[in-house]
Formats: sequence, C-alpha cells, structure tokens
Amino acid sequence: MRKIAIAAAVLLVSACSSPAPGTAKGEINVFAAASLNKTFTQLGKDFEAAHGGTSVKFNFAGSSALAQQINNGAPADVFASAAPANMKQVEDKGHVSGKAVNFVTNTLRIAVPKGNPKNIHTLADVVKPDVKLALCAEQVPCGAAAKTVFGAAKLTPKPVTLEQDVSATRTKLELGEVDAALIYRTDVQADADKLDGIDFPEMQSAVNDYPIAVLSGAKNAELARAWVDYVRGEHGKELLAKAGFTVV
Amino acid sequence: MSEQNRVPTLLLLPALLGLAFLALPLVGLLLRTPWDRLGEQLAAPAVREALWLSLITATVATVLCLLLGVPLALLLSRTRLPGIRLIRAVITVPLVLPPVVGGVALLLAFGRNGVLGRYLDAWFGITLPFTSAGVVLAETFVAMPFLVIAVEGALRGIDRRYEEAAATLGAGRWTVFRRVTLPMIAPGVLAGAVLCWARALGEFGATITFAGNFPGTTRTMPLTVYLALETDPQAATVLSLLMLVVSVLVLAGLRHRWVGVQ
Amino acid sequence: MTLDANLVAVQGDFRLSLPLTVDSGRTCAILGPNGAGKSTALRTVAGLHPLSGGHITIAGRPVDRLSARDRRVGLVFQDYLLFDHLTVLENVAFGLRARRASDVRDKALHWLDRVGLADYADRRPRQLSGGQAQRVALARALVTEPDVLLLDEPLAALDVAARAHVRAELRGWLADYTGATLLVTHDPLDAMVLADEMVVLEGGVVVQRGTPAEVATHPRTPYVATLVGLNLYRGSLAAGVVTLESGSLTVTSGEEGEVLVAFPPSAVGLYPARPEGSPRNCWPVTVSEIEPHTGTVRVRLTGSPDVQADITTAAVAELSLSPGTRLWATVKATEIRTYPV
Repeated sequence: MRKIAIAAAVLLVSACSSPAPGTAKGEINVFAAASLNKTFTQLGKDFEAAHGGTSVKFNFAGSSALAQQINNGAPADVFASAAPANMKQVEDKGHVSGKAVNFVTNTLRIAVPKGNPKNIHTLADVVKPDVKLALCAEQVPCGAAAKTVFGAAKLTPKPVTLEQDVSATRTKLELGEVDAALIYRTDVQADADKLDGIDFPEMQSAVNDYPIAVLSGAKNAELARAWVDYVRGEHGKELLAKAGFTVV
Repeated sequence: MSEQNRVPTLLLLPALLGLAFLALPLVGLLLRTPWDRLGEQLAAPAVREALWLSLITATVATVLCLLLGVPLALLLSRTRLPGIRLIRAVITVPLVLPPVVGGVALLLAFGRNGVLGRYLDAWFGITLPFTSAGVVLAETFVAMPFLVIAVEGALRGIDRRYEEAAATLGAGRWTVFRRVTLPMIAPGVLAGAVLCWARALGEFGATITFAGNFPGTTRTMPLTVYLALETDPQAATVLSLLMLVVSVLVLAGLRHRWVGVQ
Repeated sequence: MTLDANLVAVQGDFRLSLPLTVDSGRTCAILGPNGAGKSTALRTVAGLHPLSGGHITIAGRPVDRLSARDRRVGLVFQDYLLFDHLTVLENVAFGLRARRASDVRDKALHWLDRVGLADYADRRPRQLSGGQAQRVALARALVTEPDVLLLDEPLAALDVAARAHVRAELRGWLADYTGATLLVTHDPLDAMVLADEMVVLEGGVVVQRGTPAEVATHPRTPYVATLVGLNLYRGSLAAGVVTLESGSLTVTSGEEGEVLVAFPPSAVGLYPARPEGSPRNCWPVTVSEIEPHTGTVRVRLTGSPDVQADITTAAVAELSLSPGTRLWATVKATEIRTYPV
C-alpha cells in the first residue's frame, strides 16, 4: 500500500515537474562502477524527473580507476564502487563523508552463448580442455571473485585470456571468441538476448558487495545524500533487482 | 650560428612550450619512480616474461610491416589505379581508429567467427585470438600505416631517373627495385621501421581486444602496466620506466649503427 | 648496327616528329633550343618515353615494343646519375650484373682503366670530380656494348676548363665505338667536334639537317644563325640586290628569287659617321646591346636591317659605345653568302 502511495507521488511530482518541497537543487557528479551503468542511468533520469531543477551526471568506469581519480582530486559527489577494497582506498585518504554502506551484492555466473552449444552446466564443465574460457584478471574484482569460486570448487581453470574488466570479458563471449566466461549476474542479465547464465553452488563463496558513499569533497552534499537515499529507496531497489543485483 | 639558421623569436616560445609539454610528464614519471623497487620489478619473472614478449612481438610485427608495407608503399606511389585515394584512406584508417575498435575489427575479420577467421579455424584449425601470433597481428595492424606513409614519402622523394638509368643498363623491374630503389629509400624505410617498432611496442588497445591478456602468450608490457595500475600504481610507474629505457636503448643502438652514417 | 627511326611522341600539347638514320660508327648531334624536344627524342629511343607513332629499328631489329632493359641502348645522362650507394667499380659493373655477364669484375675494371680511373674503383661517386663522373657514366654505358649510345648534354654540367678536355676525350672514345651515337647538345662546338651529322630541332620538328660544316655556314633559321654566330636574313634577290623585310643588301652572286643571305659578325664595320668611299651596303644603326666575348665584343644593333657585329675591345673604347649610340654599319658585298631557301 505504501509502495503504491510513493509511486503515485513520484508520478504526480514528475507530472507537474515542480520541485518537491524541501529537496535540494543543482548538479551532482556520481562516480559509479561500470556494472551499474544501465541501472544508474535510468535511475538518474527518474531522479531528475522527481526532483525538478536537479541534474545527475555520471562517470562510469572500473572501480579502481574511479578510486584513483577521486584520490587525485576529481570532482565527485558520490562514489558507488563494485568492491569494498576500492571504497577503502578512498576512505583511507579521508575522501568519504560519513560511512560507506553496502547497497547491493553481485555474484558471478557462468555465461555461455544463447542455447549453450557446449552443454555447460557446472563449474567443472568450464575447465574442460575443449572449452575456451575467459576470466577477468585477478587484479580486478570479477577476477578476484573468479579465483575464489574456483578455489572453493577445488578446480584449476585454464583460461585463454584474463581480461582487464568484466565488459571486455563479456565482449569476448559475445563475439564468439570463447565458449564460456565467468561474469556478473548483472552482465548476463543485461545481455539476456545473447547470453544464457548458469548458476553454480560455489558462486555463493564470492559475493561481491557494492558500497556507496557521499564524498567529503562533495560540492552539493545535500543533493548527494538525496541521491544515495533515492538509490536505496523503493524505486532504486526495484530497478537494481530487475538488473540482477541482490538488494541488501 | 649564422643568422639564417636562427629560429624566429616568435616561434621560439611555442617551440619551448611544446618541448616542456612533452617532457614534463616524463619528468613526473621519473620523479615519482620508486627507484629502490626497480631491481625487484626487473627480477619479477612476470615482468621479464612480458618484456620479452613485447620485444619479440614488436620485432616480428615490424618485419611483417616491412614485408607487406614496402610493397604497398610502392604500389601507392607508382601506380595510377583509379581507386588510389580510397586505398590510401583505407591504409590510414588504423591511424585514426581507436585501437580498441581496431581490435574489435580484427576479431570480426580474424576471430573464430570472423569473416576470414572462421575458415582459418574450419580448414586449418588456426585460431588467432589469444595467441602470440594474434598479438603480432594486432601490432602489425596498428603500426603498418606508419611504415607505409614513411616509405611512400621516401619513394616520392627520390629521382626516378636513377631507376631509368638502371633500366637502360639492362636491369629488370625487380633488379631496379632491389639494387637502386631500395638502397635509395633505405633511410626512409629505416625511419618508418623505427616508428613502426615503437608503435608496436606500445600497442595496447588492439592487443587487449583482439589477442586477450594472458601471461606469457599475450600479456605484453603495456597490458602488464595497465593491470598493475589496478592494484599497484607505483609498480606501474616502474614498469613504464622500464619500457621507456628499453626502447630508448634499442633506438639509440639502431641510430648509432645505421642512421649515424648520415 | 644502324639506328633507323621515325620518332613521333606526344607530351601534352607538344608533338615531336623526328625522322633519323645514324649509321654504325657515326655520330649524329641533335641541336635545338630548350623545349625543342631533344631530350624527349633520346628518351623515346631509350624506351623511357612512349612512341606514339613512327618506328625505331636498331641493326634491323624493331625495338619499339621492347622495354628499356631489352633495347641494348646505352644512355649517359647530363648529370650522370651514378648510383651513390655503389662504388665506382660497381657502378660500371651494374649493367653487366643486370645482364648476368661473365667476368664482371675484369670487364668493369678494364673499362675503368680505359677511361683512366682504375685507381678510383673503390671510391664513391660523390668523391669524383665532374669530369671523372662523366667518364664513369660513359664507361658504365659502354661496358654493356650497346648497339646505340645516347649522350644527353654530356658536357653541359662541366665547367669551361674541363669541357674542352673532356670533349677531346669523348671524341677519342666515340671514334672507337662501333655502334651509332646520338648526341643531344645545345653547344654547336660539341656538334662540330663530335658529330658527323647534325639535326636542328625547333618546336619538335626538324628545321635543318646536314654536316656540321654545312649547317654552320648555311643556317636556315635565326636560331641556327645565332647558334653558329652568323647574321641571317631572308629576302628576294633581283639584279644583285636582296630586298629584305626591312632594308636591302647588295650581293655579288646567287640565283634570282627567294634566298637566304648570311654573313659573319666580323664582316661588319662600324663607323661614327657615314664613311667616305664605296661600301655598297651602308646603313644607320643604333646600339642595343654590348656583350663581351673572348677577345672580341659582340654588338647588337637595330636598324634596317638589325645586325650583329664583332669588334675589338679597343674599338669599343674608341667609338665610346653604349646602348643608344648611333653609328653607321657597313658590309662588303663579297662577304655575303647567298643561298636558295
């Protein structure tokens, strides 16, 4: 019942496009992990519609690259990282205002081309010699997670490539250069028309937490907090869940 | 210094600014290098492996560029084909194409499902992505235009009557090319090859996209640097410097041996 | 090894048409102003410029359709075009190697020796003087025993001092050469010394041909006359007087009708006032140009007709000549040659 009321309020507000009473105006820069690209872009549009006179700008990239940009003084109001480690890099330099909170988790799935031509069903199937496997490099979160799940399954993967980020890994699969890849559930979801995702028990051993925080260098802290609340609010949760994230 | 040899004062300022602009990042790299870690990085097997792979693939790519690019430059400069402008545009495409896109394009051509790659796989069982050969291919694709442009310029610059003189002396086209044209354009070919090699050595985008990233087979120095940047920016600085030193050494050696004659 | 050709070539608006026969062991000089088509003629024979008509036959063998490498023609360029990346010896050996001859080194050394440069075998061409480079270029062409030898302004790049010497040497080598030689030059002296025959080209067509002596004494166009240093006019002869376009000249011989009349500048006398006595050809002139030559001064004068005179440096001072000076010119009728058009 409450949900409906809020949705109605959102609709109402966006319909008259008048500023909601007591909300901040202006512009914020959100630095967010590449895997949040689609969801956040949509959320940003909805947020702007709900809060007239505001503008949300995004900088999507790998979390570690974003952490470095923030630590080097990039103008960011909010940081949403795909891994706690990268958030910690920023926290250690004192760039986080308040405390970072985990808002979603992501897990790895085995991704295969639509129709699963190589008949892959378990993690043991992807280490077979006739299966070309792409993984992320250990230095990036999806690669670290892959290492963990193979460790838990006591399997030694023989990937043909260790890609620099999850989208590069997915691209190799989409172009048909590899037969299988371990990528995030959300990445499989985003390409559901081309890829099939396969769950496996060991995936629970590497659950990726996504922390979000307002940064101490925020030019518009009020609006930044409003954005974080919006992401963690009902509409945000709904879109994130739809994209394949597990909402905390 | 004679009056004629002096640069106009008006141009001196931008010249020095340009120099500073190019040199400062290098200075930054040098200043922030943790020198004490240089030895440790050099000793790391993964680094040596990547460096070795980089040197080998860049050199093979350069040889490939020479074998294909010099004849191509000759074709461009010596024939009046109707579509020559189009051909020239095609050749310069890798110069303007973001290398990552170049890598995707290479996948579409030579990948397992590529236009040509599919037959390479079906008929010969050859798949180029994720192999060192794939690295060479990516580097060749990106570097060849540098060679072709340099050699074409050299070919246009020579006095063609020397070739005519050789022909009247009984030399066939191949002999003329081998014994007259090639020696005359040698400085241009060398300059092109050096550019080509340097470009191949630094190649990142096309390589990571087309050949992937695996230690020992496709992880070249630039890929190693990029990965190091994810976790250990200091190490990345050291590796970059190592690349810089190696390429400067190689180029200086070349210059001394061949270009120094001039 | 006779060269028999009718060279027809087109380059843009320019058209060359040159029938030519040069017998074995003989040298034909092609003279003409810049742009007359001299070099184009050589290039068509060498196979470096396409023939758009006519034919080329060497020793009875049609070569029109052969490429430059198969024509067995030796070409010596004005600026020699020696290969700088090869030694002098290898330059001479180039044609032999290209034709896969035997004893390449011996033959090349032999020719280097003949042109007196055996000591320079290992030098680079850029270390040679102009005259030496010219001799190497000649050796490089002759070592392949070409049926036809083509010389493109062989002496033009040399300084005056070297030119006379190399010209004399060239004469010796051409005397030994058994094939036909075509020599392109703009210096009539080259033609006089080196050629048996002379063809004068203007605007792509032959304006005069004959032995050098014939051409020199009986020029048929103002260009040739200037080249050989004669005053030349065209007019009609009647009753011992040639009526020119401007003025007239009294002559002592010649058939009546259209004629060419010629006399050397040295036959012209110049006087500050109308001379007393009996010169039949005497007319007022104005100095337009004074040009020193070796030993004499060439004075160009306007009048009816215009005329060139050679006088001594002393006479220039005596007459205090400068452009614009008014004088009287005289020519003895006996000095004037008259010949049919």
